[in-house]
Amino acid sequence: MSFEVLTPQSLDEALDALASIERVVPLAGGTDLMVYLEAGALSPCTFLNLQELAQLKPPLSTNGGLTLGALTTYRDVRLSGVREQFPMLALAAREVGALAIQSRGTWAGNIANASPAADGVPALMAYDAEIELSSKKGRRRVLLEKFYGGYKETDRRPDELITAIHLPVPQEGWSGYFRKVGTRRFQAISKTLLAGRICIDADGAVRDLRMVFASVAPYTLRAVQTESIIRGHRLTPELIEEAVNAIQQEIHPIDDIRSTETYRRRVTSNLVRDFLTTTGGRIRPSSSR
Amino acid sequence: MMVAFAVNGKNYEVTASPMKRLLDVLRDDLAMTGTKEGCGEGECGACTVIMDGLLVLSCMVPICQVQGKQITTIEGLATDGKLHPVQEAFHENGGAQCGICTPGMIVAAVYYRDHPDAAEDLLEALAGNQCRCTGYTRILRSIKAAFS
Repeated sequence: MSFEVLTPQSLDEALDALASIERVVPLAGGTDLMVYLEAGALSPCTFLNLQELAQLKPPLSTNGGLTLGALTTYRDVRLSGVREQFPMLALAAREVGALAIQSRGTWAGNIANASPAADGVPALMAYDAEIELSSKKGRRRVLLEKFYGGYKETDRRPDELITAIHLPVPQEGWSGYFRKVGTRRFQAISKTLLAGRICIDADGAVRDLRMVFASVAPYTLRAVQTESIIRGHRLTPELIEEAVNAIQQEIHPIDDIRSTETYRRRVTSNLVRDFLTTTGGRIRPSSSR
Repeated sequence: MMVAFAVNGKNYEVTASPMKRLLDVLRDDLAMTGTKEGCGEGECGACTVIMDGLLVLSCMVPICQVQGKQITTIEGLATDGKLHPVQEAFHENGGAQCGICTPGMIVAAVYYRDHPDAAEDLLEALAGNQCRCTGYTRILRSIKAAFS
């Protein structure tokens, strides 16, 4: 059993390796892979160490949209000015492990790892993020919400690398909501989580919204059916209860080591009520003090 | 592979398997056993060190990513045989019980003192460091005494 490491000095070299070597695993901050490796959960492979590719850690700005690189960490976003326009990214980043994980863990790695409990993915998805996948054959963009097909199943081909994540700058009039429910405030994995955005017209009707959940489906779930019940209507108590009923049909939580289906269903309904009754206001921090 | 890096200001060259954990290189190859292994999976913070100005968990850093880096461990905090003020405060205030979490706790506290923007407050700065002797009261008392 052996693990090799390649450290490419250019993106071309990295894409060559992905195209020509069997079982290549891109390695960024290692916060997932080092755990799997230590646990003996990986079969022999060649790690593609991306850390020398400075172009994968671009300076962050919101001119014409935000681009995160494959090596952009949670910390990079938390400490950058982009949190003004993308506050949910900063809130999500703060919920990932604690500081030492945020120093190394990357948004692209969170996407690639495809955990249903990912903390970064729901916020990205609620901002309509697109992933840029690069290979020797070229580049393509995939909407993040279309990227997952099942538990740990993604649209990434083995010869492709997630090179960037593109987010459009949010329009005026949207407000956000981010709330993770875990066992503790930090160093916790979610039992359920809602990243929501909503835009309400002057007449009180919901112009548009996004509702993205973690840990209640085999992969990060944008609840498009529940959204469609709400879109175009005023947020009456009756409509909110309709939405709560709809989300119960749309999620598929399980019993596992961290929580139970019953708990996840109940609390997910509470999150939907909380989101729909408190937004229209400002973004709500994840945990109150 | 051969990896060259600095620990506490001193240069080292180590030959190791590229995915060997920085934690194991520090403890086994360099005999710096101040950095502890707790969970070995990024949950407990016992192996916390500073790498190029970032707080990191040395159990999650493969040595192939340490080439050219500057590492600070608990052994690097004392100067001229005199304990760092945070170490001194742990000593004076009973901040250490079994001692396994102590090096990571102290490194994280020193990091926060030097990088106050990294966290919203001291509790968040230490949120990645777990003490299983339930000694947080004296740990916090120690750090606050050192910071005051």
